Amino acid sequence: MYLNRHTNENDKSYTKLKMNQSEFLNIVIPFKDKVFRLAKRLLVSTEEAEDATQELYFKLWKNKSKLKDYNNVEAFAMTMTKNYCFDRLKSKQASNLTLVHSNYKENDTSLQNRVELNDSVSIVHQLIENLPEQQKLIIQLRDIEQYEYDEIAEMLNLKPTAIRVTLSRARKTIKEQLIKQHNYGIS
Amino acid sequence: MELANIEKLLDKYLNAETTVAEEKELRNYFSEKNVAPHLQEYQMLFNYFSAEKEEKYTKTIHLKSQKSKWKWLSIAASLILMASVYTGYQKNQQVKAEKVYAETLTALGMLSENLNKGNDAIAQLQEFETTTNKIFKQPKK
Repeated sequence: MYLNRHTNENDKSYTKLKMNQSEFLNIVIPFKDKVFRLAKRLLVSTEEAEDATQELYFKLWKNKSKLKDYNNVEAFAMTMTKNYCFDRLKSKQASNLTLVHSNYKENDTSLQNRVELNDSVSIVHQLIENLPEQQKLIIQLRDIEQYEYDEIAEMLNLKPTAIRVTLSRARKTIKEQLIKQHNYGIS
Repeated sequence: MELANIEKLLDKYLNAETTVAEEKELRNYFSEKNVAPHLQEYQMLFNYFSAEKEEKYTKTIHLKSQKSKWKWLSIAASLILMASVYTGYQKNQQVKAEKVYAETLTALGMLSENLNKGNDAIAQLQEFETTTNKIFKQPKK
C-alpha cells in the first residue's frame, strides 16, 4: 500500500519536471544560434563559442525560476552571453594564454597579406575582428542579428544614441578599410 | 531599386540612421549580381552579414551537468553495497545459528546416550541389591 503511493508520487513529480523542461526549451531554443554567433564573434574560436553556449544554457536552466520575471528572455540571454564572454576574455588575458593569442594574431596578419582580394568574406571578418570590443559587439547585434536599437540598448544597458554613435564609427571604419584594401588590390 | 536611392540609404547607413527595414533593402540589393562597380566594397560587407547569419549551433544542449549524473550513480552504488553487506551479514548469522543448533543437538544426544548407559548400570546394581537381600535376611527391627 505504502509502496504504491510512493511510486505514484514519483511519477507525478517526474512528469512535472519534464513539462517544465520542454516549456523552458520552447522559450530558449529559438535564439540558440544567436547566442552561439555572439559568443563566436567575441571569443573567435568555434570550440570556445560552443563551450560558452553550452555553459550559458546550463546557467539559464539553473535560473529558470527567475526567467518569468524578465519580459524579454532573449535580451537577458544575450546580456548574459556578452558578460560571460567578456569574463572569459579577461581570465584569458590574465593567464599566459595572451602569449598564444598574440602569436596567433601575428600569424594572421602575415596570412592576411596572402589572402586574395576576391576572398571578401575573410577580409570583412578580419576587419571586424580588429575593431574594439564594444564596436564588434554592436556590429554583431545590429548588422548581423538585425536587432532594433531599443533591444540593443536593453542588452547592453546603454542609451540608443550612444549605440548609434558607436555603430556609426564602426561602420565608417570598416568601409574606409575596405576601400583601402580594394584600391590596393587594383593598383 | 534606383541607384540614387541606394546611395542615399548607404549614407544613412554609415551614420547609423537607417531602420532595420531599410537595412534589409540594402541587403537585398547587394545580394543581386549586377551591383554598380563603385559599390562593390559594400557588396562584400552586406554579403558577409547575410552569410554570417546563417551559421548555426549544431551540437545538442545538455541541461544537466555530467557531474550530478555521477553523483546520483555513486549514491545508488553505495546504497546497493550497504544493502548487500547487510543481507550478507544476516545470512551469515543464520548459518552460524544453524551450526550452533546442530552442535547443541549432537551434544545433547551424546549426553542422553551416556545417561541411559548410567541407567542400565543402576538397574544392574538394583538387581544385585535384591539378590543380597534374599540371601541375607534383614535383621528385624
